[in-house]
Amino acid sequence: MTVQMPDPHVFEPAPPQAELIPLLNLDEQEVDRQMRICNACRYCEGFCAVFPAMTRRLDFGKADIHYLANLCHNCGACLHACQYAAPHAFAVNVPQAMAKVRGQTYAEYAWPARFGQLYRRNGTFVAVALALALSLFLLLALQVNGTLLPGRLAGDFYAVFPHNTLALLFGGVFSAAVVALAVALRRFWRTVSPTQARQPANGALPEAASAVLTLKYLDGGHGQGCNNADDRYTLWRRRYHHLTFYGFMLCFAATVVATGYHYLLGLHAPYPLLSLPVVLGTLGGIGLIVGPAGLLALNLRRAPEHGDAAQRPMDRAFILLLLLVSTTGMALLALRDTGVMAILLAVHLGTVMALFVTLPYGKFAHGLFRSAALLKFAIEKRRPDPHSLGGD
Amino acid sequence: MIDVLVIGGGNAALCAALMAREAGASVMLVEAAPRAWRGGNSQHTRNLRCMHDAPQDVLVEAYPEEEFWQDLLKVTDGQTNEALARLVIRASSDCRGWMRRHGVHFQPSLSGALHTARTNAFFMGGGKALVNAYYRSAERLGVQVRYDSPVCDLELRDGRFIAAHLAARDVDGRRLPAERIEARSCVLAAGGFESNRQWLREAWGQNDRGEWPADNFLVRGTRFNDGALLRRMIDLGADTIGDPTQAHMVAIDARAPLYDGGICTRIDCVSLGVVVNRDGQRFYDEGEDFWPKRYAIWGRLVAQQPGQVGFSIIDQKALGRFMPPVFPGTRADSLEALAVALGLPVPAFLETLRAYNQACRPGTFDHTRLDDCRTDGVQPVKSHWALPIDKPPFFGYPLRPGVTFTYLGLRTDATAAVHFAGRPSPNLFVAGEMMAGNVLGKGYTAGVGMSIGTAFGRIAGTQAAAAAGHCISPLEAQYDCANA
Repeated sequence: MTVQMPDPHVFEPAPPQAELIPLLNLDEQEVDRQMRICNACRYCEGFCAVFPAMTRRLDFGKADIHYLANLCHNCGACLHACQYAAPHAFAVNVPQAMAKVRGQTYAEYAWPARFGQLYRRNGTFVAVALALALSLFLLLALQVNGTLLPGRLAGDFYAVFPHNTLALLFGGVFSAAVVALAVALRRFWRTVSPTQARQPANGALPEAASAVLTLKYLDGGHGQGCNNADDRYTLWRRRYHHLTFYGFMLCFAATVVATGYHYLLGLHAPYPLLSLPVVLGTLGGIGLIVGPAGLLALNLRRAPEHGDAAQRPMDRAFILLLLLVSTTGMALLALRDTGVMAILLAVHLGTVMALFVTLPYGKFAHGLFRSAALLKFAIEKRRPDPHSLGGD
Repeated sequence: MIDVLVIGGGNAALCAALMAREAGASVMLVEAAPRAWRGGNSQHTRNLRCMHDAPQDVLVEAYPEEEFWQDLLKVTDGQTNEALARLVIRASSDCRGWMRRHGVHFQPSLSGALHTARTNAFFMGGGKALVNAYYRSAERLGVQVRYDSPVCDLELRDGRFIAAHLAARDVDGRRLPAERIEARSCVLAAGGFESNRQWLREAWGQNDRGEWPADNFLVRGTRFNDGALLRRMIDLGADTIGDPTQAHMVAIDARAPLYDGGICTRIDCVSLGVVVNRDGQRFYDEGEDFWPKRYAIWGRLVAQQPGQVGFSIIDQKALGRFMPPVFPGTRADSLEALAVALGLPVPAFLETLRAYNQACRPGTFDHTRLDDCRTDGVQPVKSHWALPIDKPPFFGYPLRPGVTFTYLGLRTDATAAVHFAGRPSPNLFVAGEMMAGNVLGKGYTAGVGMSIGTAFGRIAGTQAAAAAGHCISPLEAQYDCANA
């Protein structure tokens, strides 16, 4: 008779998850090294949230580093003010060290996990997505009408693409993007926030929301703005970002209102120029042209030592995609009664589709991770400081 | 010919250049360092000690003139000039509006520096942010700024400034020729001699043990303050003040870089434990007073020890109660293992700790006030915060003297004039570390270096502009330049 030996693994107690200290990779070790220097100096405490969050810690584990990396807005203030920046042997460059880890966190928390690599060659990913989406809509238009130049259609978009096809296509892709982002965000939140520190205390949520919506930490701590090309301060990055973000939200609102008109009120496009969806879309479109154009100009003049040069393609690809969406959208509005409407519509829908597809695996994610980090900061600062430093 | 030549590139030089330019003078500022290292020791500073009679934006309560003066009197042991000191103190009360106009931002005390919330206005981003702001303002106003331009000699005639000389030099692989720069007047603000190791060696000499103590000093400040101009002025017969061994000198981590260690190399746990020397012996009351009031004496204390080294020893109880040091401490689970790891003689070290631990009297520990935890029956005593060092893990941090800036300088008066045989020069002025010794004969109190640099930098700039024929209105200057 043979005795079935128990699988030894079954009896080996699994080490409790909380006691496992994940090893830091090279870029995380660099943040750890720099934070130890910064924590002994603290001159930059007034600039942003990163340094007050740092002073609550004496050691920097992986979760702390991921949190701080996403709290950093890459404003550059601490680099230009740093007595330990290169050529000093300490070579402190917090915006750069944080940016490198930040880029990795996007990939690390992405869902599905294997899509995380899309962050690595993001410029290529966006370009391919754009090419495919454009081809899709151009071919679709060709198939429906037999020509890309069907003559004047009096702004009737649904003569080119049936409404239900569009609703299905965009609804499906957008929902998938929302789910992917939500899962990624949840994974990030659970990692950086231990269970007891997840519940927002009174006022934490409004404070975090305000920091997000006003871009509080691009004001330099003194209201004169952040750094771009050199040690001078500028408010333009904040302004262009506002135009971009609120432009995006207005365009999104236009789509929501139009969908409501269509299904609830039975009002079908094209809508008059002074109708709510068109006004919202036009205002948003202007924001989405001026904002990204400005951000691109600033990005091209950015001090080379700011941030992670390897992420420039991702930043610029996202900006260019937004610009394409807004310019084609505005062109479509202007020329909707002409013979090129069908081809413009196909191009516009192709760019929007590319934007939706790349949302969860591109620059867009920074907004969500940053917001989560700001919420954690707002919660954390309402708790007693774990250390009572006599110091000086 | 330019009106005013400012030699130096730190806070005092920039204040002088800005004031002279505002008075209408054409100004050139020559900084010895390359652009990346500009700003002298000012890039390592963080605040300005300010007199104020009532709460003022970032400053709480009041810090009246008399209290500021008493503090200065105490740390200098009376080695100060009361008239000049009071001038600095009063200037510190109303210079911040001007500083703000030139782009300096202030903020309340940093975390871990709450003792200074009443007395010191902190620069947002620290001294380098201040220096950057002043350079931007200077360039905007049309001050000519030149980097990589150390002045090696001055041409004087009967105590009158004629021209400055730059030696031929290599900059980024390019050979620049020697130059002679004439100006109607000149401000010297080129710092002390702290990074001139030979001069430090000579000044400190050889001790009874046959050591050259200064060879073991680290320089917390800039690597560019070689004192060449100060030495030249002394050779040219300028009146001097101060003792060359006196300096802002604190005990810093022995592993700090040779130059530019700045703030983060300090060790803040001295008052929470004991400090022993290379022989394992304690040598001073670690709990005499709050650390911010004592850190400035520990550089000299360590300098007097064999090998110019000390070791701050703490146990687990001190963790989280002091600013985290930049380098990790040596950690051990027993005092014996710690002594071995630090290379200290084990029996002597253990005996020192035994005697100390036994002498600790029970009390209520509170590191935020002068508590009643003291030793009894051990020499030297520890007056406050004396808890037995008995809870592992134990940590040790090696200490060395760290020089921030030296006090030997040029004698001056309320007009910032350089003096020759007791007579003021009509067009040569001095500011900053090159004259700080007039106010600071010894000792230090946080932020006063910037108070001196700002006050005398502004005076020197105004006087230099006046000497070149540009008189700022007394209303703006708040004193009468006709008295110059």
